[in-house]
Formats: sequence, C-alpha cells, structure tokens
Amino acid sequence: MESSGNILFCGVGGQGILLASELTAYALLAAGMDAKKSEVHGMAQRGGSVEAHLRYGRKVYSPLIEPGSADLLLAFEIMEAMRYLPYLHKGSKVIVNIQRILPPAVATGKAAYPENILEELSGRGLEVMPIDAFEIAKKAGNVKAANVALVGALSSLLPIPQETFIKVIKERIPARFLEVNLTVFQEGRKAGLS
Amino acid sequence: MTKPATSLENLWLSGNEALAMGAKEAAVTVASGYPGTPSTEILENLSRYEGVYTEWAPNEKVGLEVAIGASFAGARALATMKHVGLNVAADPLFTASYTGVRGGLVIVVADDPSMHSSQNEQDSRNYADAAKLPMLEPSDPGEAKEFLKIAYDLSEEFDTPVLLKSCTRVAHVKGVVAPGKTAVSKVKVGIEKSPAKFVMLPGNARQRRLAVAARQDRLGEFAETFAENKIEWGDKKRGFITAGVSYLYVKEAFPEATVLKLGLVNPLPEKMIRKLAEGVEELIVVEELDPYLETRIKAMGIACRGKELIPAIGELSTAVVRKAVSGEAGPAEFAPVELIPRPPNMCAGCPHRGLFYNLNRLKVFVSGDIGCYTLGFLPPLSAMDSCVCMGASIGIAHGMSKALGEAGKGKVVAVIGDSTFIHSGLNSLINTVYNKDNATVIILDNRITAMTGHQPNPASGSTLMGEPANSIDFEALCRAVGVKHVRTVNPHEIEETYTVLKEEIDRDEVSVVITRFPCILIPEEKKRVKYPFFTDTDECTGCTACLKLGCPAIQWEPLTPEEAEAQGRKKSQKGVARIDEVTCVGCGQCLPLCKFEAIKKGEEK
Repeated sequence: MESSGNILFCGVGGQGILLASELTAYALLAAGMDAKKSEVHGMAQRGGSVEAHLRYGRKVYSPLIEPGSADLLLAFEIMEAMRYLPYLHKGSKVIVNIQRILPPAVATGKAAYPENILEELSGRGLEVMPIDAFEIAKKAGNVKAANVALVGALSSLLPIPQETFIKVIKERIPARFLEVNLTVFQEGRKAGLS
Repeated sequence: MTKPATSLENLWLSGNEALAMGAKEAAVTVASGYPGTPSTEILENLSRYEGVYTEWAPNEKVGLEVAIGASFAGARALATMKHVGLNVAADPLFTASYTGVRGGLVIVVADDPSMHSSQNEQDSRNYADAAKLPMLEPSDPGEAKEFLKIAYDLSEEFDTPVLLKSCTRVAHVKGVVAPGKTAVSKVKVGIEKSPAKFVMLPGNARQRRLAVAARQDRLGEFAETFAENKIEWGDKKRGFITAGVSYLYVKEAFPEATVLKLGLVNPLPEKMIRKLAEGVEELIVVEELDPYLETRIKAMGIACRGKELIPAIGELSTAVVRKAVSGEAGPAEFAPVELIPRPPNMCAGCPHRGLFYNLNRLKVFVSGDIGCYTLGFLPPLSAMDSCVCMGASIGIAHGMSKALGEAGKGKVVAVIGDSTFIHSGLNSLINTVYNKDNATVIILDNRITAMTGHQPNPASGSTLMGEPANSIDFEALCRAVGVKHVRTVNPHEIEETYTVLKEEIDRDEVSVVITRFPCILIPEEKKRVKYPFFTDTDECTGCTACLKLGCPAIQWEPLTPEEAEAQGRKKSQKGVARIDEVTCVGCGQCLPLCKFEAIKKGEEK
C-alpha cells in the first residue's frame, strides 16, 4: 500500500465520527502502519462541527493534517464537507454522506441551507462520491450505524484487504450490534466501489 | 527504514490513556483531580486499573492537597487538572515545592492552546519557573507514558513535586504506546514524622527555601545529561530548540535541520544549549504560547530568534512553523468558503434550556459560570452576560449588586452548575449572605459534571470508582449558610419556573433557586421511556414562538407565498416549525409555547 496518507473525518457532534476514525485507524495499524489521530473533546462537541485527523505512514510526527494535504475526506454531512475545503488538494477524494443537519441559524429560519455543494466540490477538481449512509443504515435496521456505512465506502479507497476491516469491526463493535454493522459496512463498501 | 510501529506488544492509545497506564506502571496508588478538558480521561482510565485509589475532588486545590497527603504518607501520588485548574491549585503547589515529598508526587497539567474548550490559553510552564519545580513536556502519547514514569523517579531522587505538561495535541491524540514494566518505589508507605520538612512555619520554611535552591542547582546539572534532552545533529545552517508537540511540527517542516529537543523544560541545560548555538549558523526557538524558552536562552546571553517569527497566540502546526521560519506557504490550494457557522448547542431535552428561555424573558443581567450552560449565551436564548472562571458567577453578581445599589435590585442573577457550585461557588454564596446582598443565585442541578463528559461529583451519589456515595442536599446546605429562601423547580416546567424566578428575583433578600432535572445524557435518563412530541403542521401558523427555545429538535421549514396558499394557509405565512421525532426526547418545554395546539405528544420510543 501507499507508504503514507492523510484522512480527514468531519461532521456534526453525535454522528459517530470518532468511532469511524478509530475503526479506520485500527485497520491501518493492522496493516503494519504507524498512525496518529487527533480530535477535540469538550465544548467542541454538543452538536458543533467536529473533525478528526488521521495520519498514517512508516513514522508519523505531527498529529495534524496540513491544509492542502488531506488525500481523503470523509464528510458525514454535506455542508461540513465544504467547511474543510482548505485541507484538500486537486484530486482529493471526498466521500460525502448526503444527509443535511440544519445548523441553528437555518433551523430557526434566520438563514438558508446552501445549495449545490456537491457540484461546487466537483467543480474544484475533487473526486466526489456521494453516499446515502442514513438510508443504508435504515434499511439494515439501525440508523445509528450510518457511520459504519461511511467506513465501508472509505475502505473501498484504501489498499487494505476487506478482511482486515471486518476483523477490526468484529473486535471493536459490541456483539449485539455486530450483524447490522457488518451488513452496513458491506453495503457502504459496495456503494463506494460502484 | 524504521521497524513497523505496530507490533503485537504495542497498543494504540490516547495521551490520557497512556498517562493512566504510565501512572499504573509507575506504581501510583493514590490519584485525585478535577475534570477539565483536555485532562479528564487520565483519572477515568486510571480508575479502571486494580490497586489504584482514584477520586474526583471538588476542585483542583483539594485534589493536589490529597496527592500531597498521599506523598507524605509515602505513596506515589498523582494530581491531574487542566491549565486553569493549576491556578486553583497554585497555593498548595508553591509550598509543596518547599516541603518536597516522601512518595513521588507528580502533577499533570493539560494546556489548551487555541482554547478548544477553555476560557483562556495560558502557558503552564510559567508555573514551573515560579514554583521552582522541574517540568517534563512529552510530545506524543508514547512519550507521555515514559515521561510520567521518569517524573516519579525524579520526584523521589530530588525530593520535589514534578510537573508534567500535556496539551490538547498530546491528551487527545492517539498513537503507538509500548507497555512497560511496573516500577517499585524505594519509599515505604507509613507515617514518618519530619516536622521541620513538612510544617511550613517561617522558621522551617526559611531552611527549606535553601533546600529548594540547592535542588534547583542539582537539577540544572542533571538537565545537562538527561537522556530526554537531546541534540539531533543535521544541517548546521539552522538549529532549532523546541519541546513537546512543537518538536513534531519542526521535524515535519524541517526534517534535515539540527534540533535540540528538550524533554525537561525546567531547569534548562545551559551547556547543551551553548554547544548547539556554537554548532549552528542560526538558532530558532519554536514553542507554543509564551516565549518561555526564548526569554531564558536570551538571558544566558545566547543569540536566538523566537517570537519575532513564531506566533505567540494559538496552537502551532507544521504549516505555521514552516511559514514563520522560511516564508513558504505550504501546499494549501483552496481558500475557505464562507458558510453558516455551526456552533455547539445544548442538546434536545437539555434541562438548562428552560431556565435560559425564562432568563431571556426576564431581561436580567445574568452572571454566568463554566459548564454546558455557558451555551445559554448563544442566540436565541442569549441569556448570559458574563463568564470569567469556575465559581465566579456568585461573587461577580454580588460585586455588581454592591456597585449598583438600589438601581441593581431585581436586575442581577447568578447561574452556576452543581459541580461548579461545589468547586468554588459555595464560599461566594457564604459571602453573599454574610455581606447582606439581595442577589438571586440559581443552581443548575443536573446531578453530574456534564461538560467534560459526565463525571460524578459530590451531588451525584456515586464516586469515580463507581461506589455509592453521599449526595449533597443543596437545599439544606444553602439554608445552613443562612439563605432563608430556597426553592426548587423543574426547569422543563416553563411557566412554573418563570413564576418562581420572578418572585425570587423581586425579593429583597438573598434567595437560591435550584433548577433540578438530570442531564439527558446520563445512563438512567437515556434508558427512560420517552414520548417525543410531533407537530401537527396543519395547525402550525408559523408564529415562531417555539423557535425561541433554540431546540435542535425543532426545525423551521420555509414556505413561499405560493406554497403556503397551495397548502390552504394564509399567503403571508412564511413557513412551519416541525419537530424531528428522532431528535426529540419529549421534555415538553415547547408545549406551553404553542398557542395553536400544533404540538402533540407522540408514541413511546
């Protein structure tokens, strides 16, 4: 596999972003890489914009991705994908969950949710891959598993065997949620490959 | 090629998990502290190990005093806190420097540059200098664990408390950590009286002051040979002096350069720094926040550049360091796009919302405090007018009231959470009663320390180690300090809360209103059967009264005049408010706000 890379996860507090970044990190570690992840707790959660930086390679120094150097963006919410644009470069791959979560100003009628974000992203030379993770998770029977659908899509872009991800999911997800999460992972991966 | 970082023996841990493991491996048996981002998970993780006593103290000063006591009894002891917590613990810290230790004593302090979750950004290294204590500064989780073990050895060898400085980008970074052997302290646990060392009366303290000075000299010599102070010779055109996470950014921005990485940031290895300065053409000091190293290196008469290049505000990063030193912009291609901000918000069903909705109606000056409820500042609640530090709300309200005199009557209230009140609000309440104020103090009792991730506190009824415990009776406590009027309300009951607040604010004597309802995120609340509300949108007239709560479960759907007309509504109706049943937990705060009976109770979920 490529010797190093930067994956940025972003979305809204409460979407399961941290678990998704953990699963991905453990898959990279299982593939023999060094990996560092950085995130922010506390006031930054509570429905606010959330990000997790995941860097891998033979030896990782800084835990933070430099602007312009994220190879992959896994956005759990459409508008949040746009917020992290400065981290991307031409050709960055962007997986976007097409869910909209209204920020307070929109929910209270003070502002309108921006339109055409996917087009704006592709227009900048980014490889955009929209995924309806909520729908995938809902079909499988647990809407809370949407984050694992996104990990499935992400797995299709990483040169790590599928089995490695499945092993990590089996180790890290409680038994009673495992079946749903494995189904959702597979569906997400299919959506990523298509 | 370096060997793969991950082998079967290695773990991948956050800095805080690594520090907990380090404490266990260092044979710590007593640990105390107060939750504070980004330090909280150290004690949470340590509490899961067998054979270590861990506790949440009411505040950082008490936490450190507990650790000092354990050290006096010969145990290895740990106190943890965030940077602002060290201000609270500064009083015992400065004198513990004089007493020294018996069992090893380490204070882990976690800074928060860029203020991700703090009211200020302060550089804790200044405390090391001011209190004359050694301080270690790791750069990642693996080092955090090793440095903590080193800190215990130094503490016992040099008879000193040791500071270990973490920060957000160590505490909440995950990295590879190698488990190690458990250390054994040479100190025996037991009572050993040494009053000349532990009783800091002036006569004894003067002697100990000399011991501190001698210790500083010995530590200065130690710093010269300490293995974690190391020069990595490279290109000799540019030499860097750095420590902690800043080292990582330097290595990434300038992989070829010569670097002195300091593991110990107080005292400094002067000879080593001179050797480096002589070996390179130009010396640059890279450090986050204050010019701590730079000032001291310049005082040695060594030429260097630091803050004239490197920002003194906020976190550093590879890009910031590269640009500051070489002027190169880095790989960024895309400018940020202006977007609607997404600030944090109180959860759907948060009991605090009902209080702040009413405080907004009452148009009073709200002297606020630190917790989730500080979010009451944000629109549409917009009901917090000041917030300074833990426990400040009551003292500030009292001071305002004394300054305003008659004009301030019924116009100023203090709001403070249960944990913050116990932390440092109680003494201000005593002062308010004693010095004859008529202020209204509102205690927001949600039974837990919520903001930092739900740690139990002395009102919760359980301990960090999961044992049942006394739960403070706030009503009795307030009466005991002389408050005659103490009333308790459920803040979800909007109208009742309003009535009680109005009566107590208008009262010409000090009164306490306790708004009590558990945080919706504690396990008992999560498990409770809930009946979410839904909107009968046919009945909704788009009056927007319910939107004034700012509840994330209520969403406005705009309508064009044509759409409104097509739906059989007045053409002038601008939209409808809809409750998202997935998000709603059925707290009912919105129910009395709707005058059109559009909000209905739904099915169990």
